[in-house]
Amino acid sequence: MNLPIPKDSTGGLVISALFGIIFGVLLNKGRVSDYNVIVNQFRFKDFTVLKIMLTAIIVGGLGVFAMKGFGWIEAYQVEDANVLGLVIGSLIFGVGMVLYGYCPGTAVAAIATGRLHAMVGFLGMLLGGIVYAFSYPWLKANILSIGQLGKVRLDEVTGLPSIVWWVILPVVALFTFRFIERKATAAKA
Amino acid sequence: MKTESNASTSGLSLSQKGWNPYIVGIGIGVLSWLAFLVVNKPIGMSTEISKFSGWVVELFAGKEAVTNNAYWGSKAPAFGYSTVFLLFTAVGAFLSAKLGKDISFEKVPEVWEQYQGPSVAKRMIAAFFGGAILLFGARLAGGCTSGHGISGTMQLALSSWIFFPVMFIGGIVAARLLFRKKANA
Repeated sequence: MNLPIPKDSTGGLVISALFGIIFGVLLNKGRVSDYNVIVNQFRFKDFTVLKIMLTAIIVGGLGVFAMKGFGWIEAYQVEDANVLGLVIGSLIFGVGMVLYGYCPGTAVAAIATGRLHAMVGFLGMLLGGIVYAFSYPWLKANILSIGQLGKVRLDEVTGLPSIVWWVILPVVALFTFRFIERKATAAKA
Repeated sequence: MKTESNASTSGLSLSQKGWNPYIVGIGIGVLSWLAFLVVNKPIGMSTEISKFSGWVVELFAGKEAVTNNAYWGSKAPAFGYSTVFLLFTAVGAFLSAKLGKDISFEKVPEVWEQYQGPSVAKRMIAAFFGGAILLFGARLAGGCTSGHGISGTMQLALSSWIFFPVMFIGGIVAARLLFRKKANA
């Protein structure tokens, strides 16, 4: 079989359905389709979100780095670093995530588990997407144009090769996990 | 905390309410490998939701309004891989919740109620407005928790490593303001 499969072919769509189901199961079993779990991360009362994300980044990143090395992946697919847009957008996103209690992916999962406020928030997301699309020309000219660094990666920016990053990041993650778990044990005692 | 789940996280049965978060993280990491390898398409969600926005506009204002738009015009919203992925994420979450007895028609979640009171209208307005700025922010930043937070960071994208901490700062500040004083029940 030749990989990758064209994603919009019939085979690609079948794979997409399968991947979607797995992602949905993981989000629900990770309990991040629960409002309380998400907002309690930002209150430092529950570290589920951080544990899931950091683990996914490390496991995923090591694998993707290796597959790139083997030539199984042709190119990285990263977004432009438009610094002003990123900073404003990410801040707004964080506020929205706490108000709504979900991010786009976990919102889809929460809606499927019946959460009515998640459904109302989805309508809000649709509106947000519409407002963005119609303000795009202005944003592009005045916000996204400031601090354009391009589709760059940490190794290119810092001069530290990827492999060094993949030694540093897992160590940082492990220390973070140890810290979190120790605090949790101390809180129980 | 009452929100501390009573679900056991020591097994991996679909009938459990939750699994160990590290195992879930490994699962999402491995799923990302497969996404790259099999279809060469990293996991993402917010671009797809803004396509749904495009379809809403198409429904009320006609196709022209979308194809003439500077944002959608360049990425004409079409049904495809990511649409299926979004829909089946819902299917997966539904099956998991059904088997794990986690289906709930929740209107006002617990932590919200503790601090903001039991008003359904207030919660719905906050969810709507929160959802709106969430997607607007995601598009301005070029991705969400999936596209940047997981798929981008694992590729060492600078944009994603800016997104991750700044998003957390925004969330922490919002949580401070929102969950400061308990509501008088």
